[in-house]
Amino acid sequence: MIEQRPDAATAKQELVGKYPSKLAKKRGQQMVANKIEDGGVVPEVLANSRTAPGIITQRGCTYAGCKGVILGPTRDIVNITHGPIGCGFYSWLTRRNMTDPGPDGENYMLYSFSSDLHENEIVFGGEKKLEAAVREAYELFHPKAISVFSTCPVGLIGDDVHAVARKMKEELGINVFGFSCEGYKGVSQSAGHHIANNQVFKHIVGLDDQVRGQKKFRVNLLGEYNIGGDAFEIEELFKRCGFELVATFSGNSTYGQFANAQTADLNMVMCHRSINYVAEMMEKKYGIPWIKVNFVSANATAKSLIKMAEYFEDAELLARTKAICEEELAKVEVMRKKYAARTHGKSVVLFVGGSRAHHYQELFKELEMKVLAAGYEFAHRDDYEGRKVLPTIKVDADSRNIEELHVEKDEALYRAYLSERKERLESEGYTFSDYAGMMPEMDTDSLVIDDISSYETEKLIELWKPDVFCAGIKEKYVIQKMGIPCKQLHNYDVGGPYNAFRGAVNFYRDIDRMANSPVWKLTLASWQEESVESASPVLEPALA
Amino acid sequence: MTLLRHTPAGEIKEREALVINPAKTCQPIGAMYASLGIHGALPHSHGSQGCCSYHRSTLTRHYKDPVMASTSSFTEGSAVFGGQANLLTAIQTIFSVYDPKVIAIHTTCLSETIGDDMVQIRKKAFDDGKVPDGKLIIYGNTPSYVGTHVTGYANMVKGIVRDLVKASETKGEHLAVIPGWVEPCDMREIKRYLNVLGVPFVMFPDTDGVFDAPMTGKHVFYPKGGAKVEDIATAGAAKASLCLGRVATALGSEELSKTFGVEGDVVDLPIGLAATDRMIESLIKTYGLTVAESINDERGKLVDLLSDMEQYLWGKKVAIFGDPDQLIPLTEFLKTMGMDVRHIVTGTEGNYIRDRLTEINPTANLKIGGDMFLLHQWMKNEPVDLLIGNTYGKYMARDEDVPFLRFGFPILDRQGHQHFPTVGYMGGIRLVEQILNLLMDRIDRDVEEHKMELQM
Repeated sequence: MIEQRPDAATAKQELVGKYPSKLAKKRGQQMVANKIEDGGVVPEVLANSRTAPGIITQRGCTYAGCKGVILGPTRDIVNITHGPIGCGFYSWLTRRNMTDPGPDGENYMLYSFSSDLHENEIVFGGEKKLEAAVREAYELFHPKAISVFSTCPVGLIGDDVHAVARKMKEELGINVFGFSCEGYKGVSQSAGHHIANNQVFKHIVGLDDQVRGQKKFRVNLLGEYNIGGDAFEIEELFKRCGFELVATFSGNSTYGQFANAQTADLNMVMCHRSINYVAEMMEKKYGIPWIKVNFVSANATAKSLIKMAEYFEDAELLARTKAICEEELAKVEVMRKKYAARTHGKSVVLFVGGSRAHHYQELFKELEMKVLAAGYEFAHRDDYEGRKVLPTIKVDADSRNIEELHVEKDEALYRAYLSERKERLESEGYTFSDYAGMMPEMDTDSLVIDDISSYETEKLIELWKPDVFCAGIKEKYVIQKMGIPCKQLHNYDVGGPYNAFRGAVNFYRDIDRMANSPVWKLTLASWQEESVESASPVLEPALA
Repeated sequence: MTLLRHTPAGEIKEREALVINPAKTCQPIGAMYASLGIHGALPHSHGSQGCCSYHRSTLTRHYKDPVMASTSSFTEGSAVFGGQANLLTAIQTIFSVYDPKVIAIHTTCLSETIGDDMVQIRKKAFDDGKVPDGKLIIYGNTPSYVGTHVTGYANMVKGIVRDLVKASETKGEHLAVIPGWVEPCDMREIKRYLNVLGVPFVMFPDTDGVFDAPMTGKHVFYPKGGAKVEDIATAGAAKASLCLGRVATALGSEELSKTFGVEGDVVDLPIGLAATDRMIESLIKTYGLTVAESINDERGKLVDLLSDMEQYLWGKKVAIFGDPDQLIPLTEFLKTMGMDVRHIVTGTEGNYIRDRLTEINPTANLKIGGDMFLLHQWMKNEPVDLLIGNTYGKYMARDEDVPFLRFGFPILDRQGHQHFPTVGYMGGIRLVEQILNLLMDRIDRDVEEHKMELQM
């Protein structure tokens, strides 16, 4: 029996049908059937909005976004979690950020540091214990920098982590800074990204003005976190092309890279959601322009590298970059064809992160698969609809309590020639400071769902039966119990790297393996009632 | 090249404030685990979203199985004005969307610091008609700044007893069994013992069939396993109680005794020969039963294995870290094997733990409320032949080139722990087998070529 998948509008009704009416109404605004009108205009989707209490959500907290995501991948800062033991424990090595400290470089990423607050400190204050913890960390390790991350009770008991940081900075003579990233701030990890961006910018960027390495083609990569070794792939490509990578925020990064980041001539933003704040602030203060890049998928990698090369207006750099892309694309194409022959026509949905649900669609296109639905866990409207909607985003109470740094031009360090170059290139049609968002690149009538709940996840699988589901660890085994392979796009199922050219091939191979694995056909024995496959009708994609 | 390259050998500076590489985590995850041992229950984390997300992620990584739980999703407003409104909304949402039999609420450091009153909020939920007929709400107070994840399990167990057990004037013949925080397969093994010995029982929490659910092509939101609410209710009419592992179950045992007049023993988790003997002795005492021959045979097999292989175990130095209810009988069992336990660290504090471990093994380095950084320093200063602990030990094991037995929680990089028990005599055999394999693989790897042995 061939049956049509219900269309996006019908599916949406099904997904919210069981909710209490108020919740159904709100969820209705967080789900839209995609539609692309002239000028890339897409429907409005409600995003960065509170999850209803009681809903089983993918989302985590502000602390996770700050300590786990942004500062987690930096190896030579001693990151102390200020709070009861849990938060420091759960964020210990769980994000698969790789780093290469060399044979004897500093690397604290394998350690978990906590002030381990007990009841006594909750009652009488934890500042003294925090001071002692910072001092003990210094005496043991003599790091360049120590940072302090606030957990929920810290804000409530009124500990001033910034005052402690200032005091210890003076006492120890190293950089010590704090983050007010209590878990309850904001509505998701996203607030934590913003808080982390602010403090890294305020306390580290700009501390070291020495231009080291190659003087030309100096770049920073923002919003790349070296999951599964992604950054190693990108770094190698940059080197081959001739770019000097000053700093990555923050995959495979060091404190020194951040401190020196203002010596770059161009910022490339990979994960727009988590790091656009630093790009904006660096442009304001130092005049460094930013462009959006994507190194997920072979084609996106080539496009991004060539765009970087074009910025520098250097014929040799551009020619070399193009040659490398051509050579790599040819190699990838051989493998792509092989795998796409086995994945062609299959369908996928992606619900994850704040940029990955968009970026990974490129890889699925290369695999000739159909994206039926997608959505983010913690993104904002601009990540869906593009930065053009920024002026129309209403700032609600949850966003208003996250500090917006007031940044001014640094008269000494501002490089006017960079902004002049930006203006000139812009007049030639080169785009800066822009992210078009996920929806303009998705099919009309595909379904866009923000902050998908576990209930909606299961319902969507029942309705649309995608061949592959992309999500995270909490969703993975729910989805797989339903007989659908789930690719984790936070930790890659301990796979990867998936970035750049070689990474793309790794991804093709892994998706082919998962989607075509015989294991999904083993579920029921011959004597059990009905096999899953014969029970469900064969579905044709609803999309044209 | 070393992984934990900043961990120094030599003189050890005592730390007062900084914990490095904790051998513990916080209360709510233990409460979540215990709650999932009730059939049809949805654990609910009354705090920020991150808590629930972290606990679900950790349990999911440990089991590679779905872990469903909801959250009150605190915002700054709820942190300031209290979490009642969020919890009431959550209760309504949960019953209409996820339809559990029971919502099992646990608190967090956030809601405890604010002082949200679970009794009052629960009452309000009922008064406001947010709880459908026949549905239940239970709670455990689990402030993260007190105790550890084991304390959280204990507090939730106390909540289960307080809120689900029904008082009964007349007592029956059955035994109320509360296992400590052990794996689903361990709970299953304990039930097997009771069945083989002919002891009628009700056991809770029971995660057998919850975290080791079969692949069926369907996600069963409330898995087959778990203690049924109506069965738990009968614990008030039990002849006696048997609680396994004092740190995780003493509160539950106390509650059964004080509130419901059900008395009984709290014995060690039945890990190893002597501890399993003691569990059975308690059953003999309560029921005057004759131990089935099959159990005697299993015991004999364990002793047989120990006698066959004692030469490979005797005198081997061991470092262990983990949770107290496991460490106490495990240390004892390692001694039974003739091994030399040199270093013991647990993150959970308590005089009882110190006393027991000191009594069992007076010569070891022992830190109650310690961390893995300290353990690593001890291992550098006094090397061992075997390290036993959760997955986080793998970095130390690799740095020091020590065979490593994964045991405890969490195990994030190997499978089997949910399926193959380590409790009881057969569990003892499994532990001995695993230890022997590690030690003997090492001999085969390291022995000089001309001394390679075929038979061992």
